[in-house]
Amino acid sequence: MSSVAQKRGFGAALWDWMTTVDHKKIGILYLIGGGFFFVVGGIEAMIIRLQLLKPNNDLVSAGLFNDLITMHGTTMIFLAAMPILFGFMNYIMPLQIGARDVAFPFINSLGFWMFFLGGVFLNVSWFFGQVPDAGWTSYASLSLASPGHGIDFYAIGLQIAGGGTLMGGINFLVTIINMRAPGMTYMRMPLFTWTTFVASAMILFAFPPLTVGLFFLTFDRMFDANFFDHQMGGNTIIWEHIFWIFGHPEVYILILPAFGIFSEIFSIFSRKRLFGYPAMVFATVLIGFLGFMVWAHHMFTVGLGPTANAIFAVATMAIAVPTGVKIFNWLLTIWGGSIVMTTPMLYALGFIPSFVMGGVTGVMQGAAPLDYQLHDSYFIVAHFHYVIVGGVVLAILAGVHLYWPKMFGTMLSETLGKITFVFFFVGFHCTFLIQHWLGFWGMPRRVWTYMDGQGWNTANLISSIGALLMAIGVIVMVINIIMTTVKNVRVGNDPWGDGRTLEWAIPSPPPFYNFTQTPLVRGLDTVWIEKQEGNATGLTFAEPITDIHMPHGSIIPFFMTVGLFIAGFGAMYHQETSWGLPLLIFGLAWTFVSMAMRSLKDDLGYHVTKEEIQADINNASKGGQN
Amino acid sequence: MDLNKKFTPETWPEHPERATLEGKNKFVGFWLFLGGETILFATLFATYMALKNKGPSGFGFSTQELYQLPLVFVMTLLLLTSSLTSVYAMHHMKNYNFKKMQLWLAITALLGLCFLGLEVYEFTHYVHEGFTFGNSAFSSSFFTLVGTHGFHVAVGLVWITLLLFRNAKRGLNLYNASKYYTFSLYWHFIDVVWVFIFTVVYLMGVIG
Repeated sequence: MSSVAQKRGFGAALWDWMTTVDHKKIGILYLIGGGFFFVVGGIEAMIIRLQLLKPNNDLVSAGLFNDLITMHGTTMIFLAAMPILFGFMNYIMPLQIGARDVAFPFINSLGFWMFFLGGVFLNVSWFFGQVPDAGWTSYASLSLASPGHGIDFYAIGLQIAGGGTLMGGINFLVTIINMRAPGMTYMRMPLFTWTTFVASAMILFAFPPLTVGLFFLTFDRMFDANFFDHQMGGNTIIWEHIFWIFGHPEVYILILPAFGIFSEIFSIFSRKRLFGYPAMVFATVLIGFLGFMVWAHHMFTVGLGPTANAIFAVATMAIAVPTGVKIFNWLLTIWGGSIVMTTPMLYALGFIPSFVMGGVTGVMQGAAPLDYQLHDSYFIVAHFHYVIVGGVVLAILAGVHLYWPKMFGTMLSETLGKITFVFFFVGFHCTFLIQHWLGFWGMPRRVWTYMDGQGWNTANLISSIGALLMAIGVIVMVINIIMTTVKNVRVGNDPWGDGRTLEWAIPSPPPFYNFTQTPLVRGLDTVWIEKQEGNATGLTFAEPITDIHMPHGSIIPFFMTVGLFIAGFGAMYHQETSWGLPLLIFGLAWTFVSMAMRSLKDDLGYHVTKEEIQADINNASKGGQN
Repeated sequence: MDLNKKFTPETWPEHPERATLEGKNKFVGFWLFLGGETILFATLFATYMALKNKGPSGFGFSTQELYQLPLVFVMTLLLLTSSLTSVYAMHHMKNYNFKKMQLWLAITALLGLCFLGLEVYEFTHYVHEGFTFGNSAFSSSFFTLVGTHGFHVAVGLVWITLLLFRNAKRGLNLYNASKYYTFSLYWHFIDVVWVFIFTVVYLMGVIG
């Protein structure tokens, strides 16, 4: 791909990527954007751990420390974990269901640009020297009192990025509902597709409250509103409710696709059908449902009363049941399987104990009386890093290794991959396991520094060393990516040799139209079934070779987002400058005019002809890449 | 898809809005979008109910004194009727009667415009009385809830105006049928939200 781009010149390649509506390219863009912010958030984490390395440290000031923890959390959740998972969903899910693109390719592109420019908007705050500093939860009593424009960057940046996520969620839902290949019934969908489906449904219902909450915050800070100001009759608890009605489903939005990736890995590398597939599907849906019923467990100490706390405590513990179902199904998938110890499989095996530990501490906090003890201590920090890093990040790293050959046509080095795993996995436990005890020993979270002689010194040192090990792991992975890209050893359709689902039956990387002919799906793990029956290609087609309808690329999604970006600055400065309000109106007008242009101009797409497809097929068979 | 393909009422499909994959996608996608919008308005309603009549000490406004039911009643009639006229429009779309569909949609837009005009009048009236956006938590939540609905009406008006003019000369085809249909879904949704606003904000405000 890169060699083609160089031939056409940099400008043409850039234009191609900026206007693309191809779900695979957008998936890669999500991975690049998310990867970039992952590094930014990682650097912030490293500075945090360096600051806490020893007592009475003053590497960074207390104010900067607040900036760092806020931006680390916000960046990692909204700009790293979600977009990277969106990258996998975008790239893999349509392939898994035998579709040629997502339902709304234009909106897919719009969603990416909104995420990316929203993320840029948020991080531009560093250059203004006014950074969000009220924590990633941005509780209103803190955020209303925060001087400067830091929180404004948070509110508007997340508003833009969140809008993109919502569109992505609807897009994935419609794709899965309407565009499955013949024979791909719901109960034959690969588990990654299922988890994408449920996570997207959760996005649909969880993100609108965030939108509203961020608007309230924006109005309160920039437009004289009084939603959260108690002196004007407002109520600061409203923000907490709205934030967590979004925020708790959000963690399941993150973990479900991670579960999906691991389900694929366990099945592929145990060379077995996923154990208890229907139970896995049911558990996924149940987690999605219960995820909306538990938000107040973040607010046990607010004083909602014993009845509310009891109800939310029970609901919280109930989620452990479907999650446990999943854990046991994965274990039983491995049991008796013919296991291959690849890098993705190592991550998957490491994930089970790590995530279970995070889950168990979650149930501990779900007990409201105990939560009063644990609240705002390092125990909480340990817990959510165990589920997010031990679940989501391990899944992301596993997914990168698993799907890299499918996306780029070349394998990442297994040796370096395993070195990455060891460093990252050991570093992860080294960093966060000890933080449970730090919490028990009374260290509060979000403190800039601590005094000597409280017995926290060694534990903090261990934790910081662990963070360093994780960083080394990530650096090894970057080296791995560079090395394998330079070597560029090409691989065939099924580089792991044990692919079970449709994406492993087409070339790596797939042609832009994905499937020369729409496949016929004959069961769960249809490619595996075909291979067992002696069909080496792994595919049965549902149609003859026909013209393929494809959408045109468009720059309008980028333009629309730029309008919002400009409007954001207008809103931020409209109170203190005369140009703020005109800029706000100009930016919004820009967006709406772009939108109208899209709507007024017919875009009927184009057709890839039969002859071109036949030529591609002939080429591929001559090239020897099965 | 061929834009120039000519239909007759006989060859026109029974569900033109869902006759193509694009149409089907829009149909499902828009229903889902309305699901998200429902949650958005639910959040606004919940906030309004929590902050109703709340203000700084010595706050002089209450729902009983502020709201004028006759005006809101007229607005409700206008919007409910516009929903009905959009149903007529969709009826004519299914019968491949382009002119009548355009006519009924134009009437829908006109009713919507009257509604919006009255809402602007209502808001300016409140502001004149001193009930401004920044006046209290009550006013913030009121203007945000009702204003978000009003913004949706305005967006709908721009949307239908563009559709009416863009397609005026070329008539119905399977490409724009789904666009008209999603507009009608949107318009009904706005109408339903207004029914809740009328009940929860105004009726419960004055009587409750």
